Amino acid sequence: MNLRSLNVLGLALVAVIGVAFMVLTPRLVELDTMLDLTVYMIMAVLALSLALIWGYGGILCFGQSAFFGLGAYTYAIAMFNMGESTLPILLAVALPAGFAAVLGYFMFYGRISDVYLGVITLTVTLILFNSINSTAGPEFHIGSARLGGFNGIPGIPPLNFPGNKNAAIDLEGMFYLATASLLATYFGLRLLLASQFGRVIVGIRENERRAELLGYDPRAYKLATFTIGGALAGFAGCLFANWGNFVSPTIFGLAQSAQIIIWVIVGGRGTLIGPIIGCIGIQWLSAALGANQPSGGSDWWSKIFANAPLILGVILVAFVLLVPKGLVPTLADFAQSLLRALRRRAKRRFEPQQAE
Amino acid sequence: MDLVALLAIQVLYAVASLALISVGLAIIFGMMRVINLAHGEFLMLGGYAAIVATSHGISIWISMLIVAPIVVGLIGVIVERTIIRFLYGRMIDTMLATWGLSLFLVGLTTAIFGNTTVGISAPLGSFQIGAYRTSAYTLFVIAVAAVVLGVIFAVLRWTRLGLIARGTMQNANMAAALGVNPPLVYAVTFGIGAALSGLAGAVLAPVSGVFPTIGVAYVAKSFITVIGGGAAILSGTVSASVLFGTINQIATFATTPVFGEVALLAAAIVLIRLLPQGITGRFFRRGL
Repeated sequence: MNLRSLNVLGLALVAVIGVAFMVLTPRLVELDTMLDLTVYMIMAVLALSLALIWGYGGILCFGQSAFFGLGAYTYAIAMFNMGESTLPILLAVALPAGFAAVLGYFMFYGRISDVYLGVITLTVTLILFNSINSTAGPEFHIGSARLGGFNGIPGIPPLNFPGNKNAAIDLEGMFYLATASLLATYFGLRLLLASQFGRVIVGIRENERRAELLGYDPRAYKLATFTIGGALAGFAGCLFANWGNFVSPTIFGLAQSAQIIIWVIVGGRGTLIGPIIGCIGIQWLSAALGANQPSGGSDWWSKIFANAPLILGVILVAFVLLVPKGLVPTLADFAQSLLRALRRRAKRRFEPQQAE
Repeated sequence: MDLVALLAIQVLYAVASLALISVGLAIIFGMMRVINLAHGEFLMLGGYAAIVATSHGISIWISMLIVAPIVVGLIGVIVERTIIRFLYGRMIDTMLATWGLSLFLVGLTTAIFGNTTVGISAPLGSFQIGAYRTSAYTLFVIAVAAVVLGVIFAVLRWTRLGLIARGTMQNANMAAALGVNPPLVYAVTFGIGAALSGLAGAVLAPVSGVFPTIGVAYVAKSFITVIGGGAAILSGTVSASVLFGTINQIATFATTPVFGEVALLAAAIVLIRLLPQGITGRFFRRGL
């Protein structure tokens, strides 16, 4: 079996599993499980946005949550002002994308190094966090939407079918939408990466100078990648604001940014399925350990294990030190070497005379 | 006139506190090219060390100026030996690992001290400038910053340790060939950088209070100060602190503290766009 047919097989497998998951889940699980799964799907879209710009584009963005939060806030504000969700969704994608484009222009055309890029994106996220956090008073409003400062914006109206204000999408519909969005994002990115554009951005990641000497402008390609990533993150943010009907400034927080990075690191840079697995796995783990309960217990068990930053910190350090490539590439390497060893053994068994 | 004097003191204080929180990071970054994203947590640990020591009956001055740097310095050495040393030359991975460390430390201190603000009251009371009163502790912070910067300058400029440090900074391989032991230099440097961060965190603890996530408030400001300053440790930190501290304080004075911070961060982004090598990449090139 050659690489190409393996690739097609993998894609077909993802499609079959994805569609089966989407169709069967609402019939098999309880409503609360389905709600949890919905948010996993939404976060997986966010994970994919960073998988594109970091895993493939080589742009280390520490502030992916800025675009996510911006998408969520844009949707919320637009929704309060318009009441019909078609335009708010588009805005929730366009505004973060525009913001990413401006920021990216500053960074890529300034030709600052990777490290500074990380610090700048982090700083921008903190600026947004600080600014939104301080808008608690009633004087801060956009149209009829009050920003609410650290209290956030509650009661965001749900999505509706395009054009029909009264046909709001229910919880099950939200699950279908989130899962379908994830599948569409996954296959869309696969398509993008298989195109010439995708090959160029991977080439730039591997060797920027060489790509430049071959006549590609790395700045423009990076800017485009960054903008697409920003748009995707904004879309995820829009879905997220819908899922909880609530958005607060913690969405811009460092903890949120760190989580996105951790999903991608754990799953593996340079893959798309890895960050999805990492995202769902980490979220499932924090839910299972009880880290999502806001108050938390007072006994030692819950202090140590139901402590999201502590657990995530350990995971991040451990992966950087021990599994720097991430799970999926490491497992793929392992499987490949196993396969090679088996093949060698089989060869030896069938041709003992020649070997002597 | 009184207002001008008051504003001058406030600006000086903003500059001094920026320099103070950044200098530990500047040493670690300048010498080792390691970006320590757990820097804010080192400051936070310094604050806790001072508060815990004070509550055990140690004089506040001793716990701020001696206990906190020693405790955080030791933590720094442990961190360098267990995490950082495996990652030299892998700048991005160091950033990620120290980010993990930062989350871990936040989680750990939350588990130990709880998610509440603890504080010690600022000693020294206040003094009068014309019609205004301001805290005398402000002057103390300015003095500490001046002394710390002076000592660092003296050590780098006139001692053998400083010579070795500068040599390793310029060319680690050459220094190693001449008999210096770079791993030792790195461990000591990281420890000193952490100790200075601990000192800064402790000195600022009476002003800001201490809580597990306070590092976030520091980390961005200290990073952009170091990066805005550029390659030279001292002149970079000082020049960037002067620039950003002044902008921050004037914007704070004109509007609100939050907007002051935003103005600082926005100014930093513009500066990095204009001077990607930092201030000392263009000016004061021969500085330390």
